[in-house]
Amino acid sequence: MLINRRKFLHLSSLATGTCMLPKFLKAFEGPVQGMGGNKVLVILQLSGGNDGLNTVIPVRNDIYYRERPGLSIPKEKTLSLDSEAGLHPALIHLKTLYDEGNLSILNNVGYPNPDRSHFRSMDIWQTASNSNEYLNSGWLGRYLDAQCVDCSRPTQVLEMDDSLSLALSGEKMKGIALRDPKRLYETSRDPFYKDLVRVGLLEPVDDPASYLYKVMAETLSGANYIFEQSNMRPVTRIYPDTEIGKNLKTIASLIASDINTRVYYVSLGSFDTHVAQQAKQEKLFRDLNDAIKPFTEDLKSNQRFEDVLMISFSEFGRRVGENGSGGTDHGTANNMFLISGGLRNKGILNEMPDLSKLTEGDLNQQLDFKQVYATVLKKWLLTDDLKILGRQYGYLNFI
Amino acid sequence: MNNNQLKNQHLWWRAGFGPPADQVELLSKEKPETLFHSILKASDKKPDFFDVADPVLKQKVMESQSAGPGKYLRLKQGDRQMFRKQSVQDIFKLNIRWIQEMTGSPAQLLEKMSLFWHGHFAAKTVNILYDQELLSVIRMHALGNFRDLLLNVGKTAAMIRFLNNNQNKKGHPNENFARELMELFTIGRGHYTETDIKESARAFTGWGANLQGDFNFRPGQHDEGIKSFFGKTGNLSGEDILEILLEQKQTAIFITRKIYRFFINENADEEKVNVLASRFYESGYDIRDLMIRIFTSSWFYDPENIGIQIKSPVLWMVGMRRQLPMELGNPALLLVLERLLGQVLFSPPNVAGWPGGKQWIDSSSLMLRMQVPGMIYRSQALVSHPKEDDDVMMGRSSHMPLFQTQIQWGDYIKNFNNTEEPAIYAAVSNLLLQKSPPLNEKDLIPYIDESTRERRIQSITIRLMSTPEYQLC
Repeated sequence: MLINRRKFLHLSSLATGTCMLPKFLKAFEGPVQGMGGNKVLVILQLSGGNDGLNTVIPVRNDIYYRERPGLSIPKEKTLSLDSEAGLHPALIHLKTLYDEGNLSILNNVGYPNPDRSHFRSMDIWQTASNSNEYLNSGWLGRYLDAQCVDCSRPTQVLEMDDSLSLALSGEKMKGIALRDPKRLYETSRDPFYKDLVRVGLLEPVDDPASYLYKVMAETLSGANYIFEQSNMRPVTRIYPDTEIGKNLKTIASLIASDINTRVYYVSLGSFDTHVAQQAKQEKLFRDLNDAIKPFTEDLKSNQRFEDVLMISFSEFGRRVGENGSGGTDHGTANNMFLISGGLRNKGILNEMPDLSKLTEGDLNQQLDFKQVYATVLKKWLLTDDLKILGRQYGYLNFI
Repeated sequence: MNNNQLKNQHLWWRAGFGPPADQVELLSKEKPETLFHSILKASDKKPDFFDVADPVLKQKVMESQSAGPGKYLRLKQGDRQMFRKQSVQDIFKLNIRWIQEMTGSPAQLLEKMSLFWHGHFAAKTVNILYDQELLSVIRMHALGNFRDLLLNVGKTAAMIRFLNNNQNKKGHPNENFARELMELFTIGRGHYTETDIKESARAFTGWGANLQGDFNFRPGQHDEGIKSFFGKTGNLSGEDILEILLEQKQTAIFITRKIYRFFINENADEEKVNVLASRFYESGYDIRDLMIRIFTSSWFYDPENIGIQIKSPVLWMVGMRRQLPMELGNPALLLVLERLLGQVLFSPPNVAGWPGGKQWIDSSSLMLRMQVPGMIYRSQALVSHPKEDDDVMMGRSSHMPLFQTQIQWGDYIKNFNNTEEPAIYAAVSNLLLQKSPPLNEKDLIPYIDESTRERRIQSITIRLMSTPEYQLC
């Protein structure tokens, strides 16, 4: 029922949208209907290496308190999840989501032979490579390649930023990065660009410039489409005036619209807390918490929360022991949040980290992050994970 | 267009960073061979060493203490953070210093070749002394002998640290360097086995570097046992491994193909690659000789090789400033653009370097490239924020410079002093674009400021620099 109504709205909005477009772009306005259901994925990248042990705190673990005499968070200050674990005190709304069964936690996620360099480890997470291979395309970019064969605009995958992450760059197609739909739209409205595209698209396809004109036409068409959609059903809740607040607001209004976007990518940082970690992490978590609250509430009132899955990740966790500057240094395995109204498995889904079995002071990974990707691709986005990841990984059961 | 002009511009774009504003008149007159030999001659000069490292930082390194007998020198606890912070700033300075050299130096081929090797021997460190040294080794040997280049790069502290050779010890080999050496630096994938990696990693045990960046061989950590590598067996050293790899003709083919794709055409012509590689191999890996063969061949100027390459962000940025001289109000602008467009010098995406080609272009980078010339012309602020780099930012945030750039129009406009009014559009277009756009003069009329001759040249220039074709060379 819902799907039928949505489909109807979708088609009718497309029709009006098309009428408003200049003629030359019409050739680029193919059907925008998304393939494979109406599920949406939001990736939340916690850049810089978030300290997982002070995010989901092992409140009954003596080693944790011993190794972090200055940085550990006392049990009574944490937001209790179960007898073993408490959430960072700034994540009040996430605790509510947990209690509702709308937030699950995966512990000890990483990959074999972890790399402690930010850029290398981020590369590994974004491309879904092994730690000894280098890929030039990202996992969501390859999803776009699979999803957007002969399609007119790569709006299935959007990043809320001024530049595009490798994660969204495919072999053939690349997602669109934007900080603000209105700004992108205004830039793209320059009649000079339209004139360029009008003549440029007539160039033969084997011409080296044709690739550039294609990207340009997709951008102009995408900018117009995204802006139109973002205004269709603007969300009304108040979001904090932070980057993450603005970005989640944009995402919420796009999800409420009939846009064909299946994946949103948003980053928050920097979690690189070598020095004075307590205050920095708390500030970032407060920003995150305050933005996620109206976001999930909007999804609920628009009856989309069951269709939206948000997953958080960081390029690595941090070392178990605190350093001499009130901070922590680069580590390895980490936890991930899974937030959705449609979770199948709820709560803390696997064992808390075993702090008695470390490798050179670091946590051991138990789950490969690519299993999470495979699960999401297969079960949520209903696509061929093997084709996108290149290898078969075991699926998890959280969705 | 005058055929000579197109060829000479092609040469300037490929053997350098684009034609300079002060030699426009020569473009249509000079023979490409003559031009090439003058570029080559200018590149035969020994390059200056760039020393931008802060004197206090250098002093701290000199004072560093050994943690014990046989141990490395270490900075004192409190100095480490200062060292890191200062290094980050100095690496930015080195970046800008090198960009300045690419823009103004007559040794265009040397700097272009160095940029190629900078991507080939990609390393990222947060140590200004290491970065300075690696760049110096690369610029010193960029047009010299690949054997010298390989051996010297392999012994730089930057590469040793980046690829963990300092952790490569007898009994506990670290294979990172050995693997990348074969996969990326010499023979390429598919031409070695996992056993080759294991055996050669043992040969590199004991290769280390100290804080100052000096290579030091630690005999106690070197595996003196028998290793087998490409049919040779014995107590092989790291140097032996490099020699054996150079004996493989595949190394010459791999390097030549990469050079061909960077300098000529992404779609390598395998027949030409093989001919060039044979000669490169027989010459004992003489890079200069290889580049002469390429740039004096007639096929280099074939239409299929002209105007088909997507400029890298650095080439785009430097090329624009060479053609249209400008005074940067704030050089940090260069770094912001490098970040936004995806090519930060000394910060390659990974050890494989920048993939290049179509990978440079996505919706944001293309739109930004097309907006920047107009932003500079109209002194508009840049509102895009680059992603932060945690490897160098250490959790601190960066702030954005605005455009405060002044174009020095005088030097540029005088190139058109003898151009008849109706021929101006064609003259500007021929100078700026290696591939003519489908947009013709008539289409451009609404966007041209016709108020004065000067304004007309300026607005045509800015508009043509804002086209997809300007991204090509």
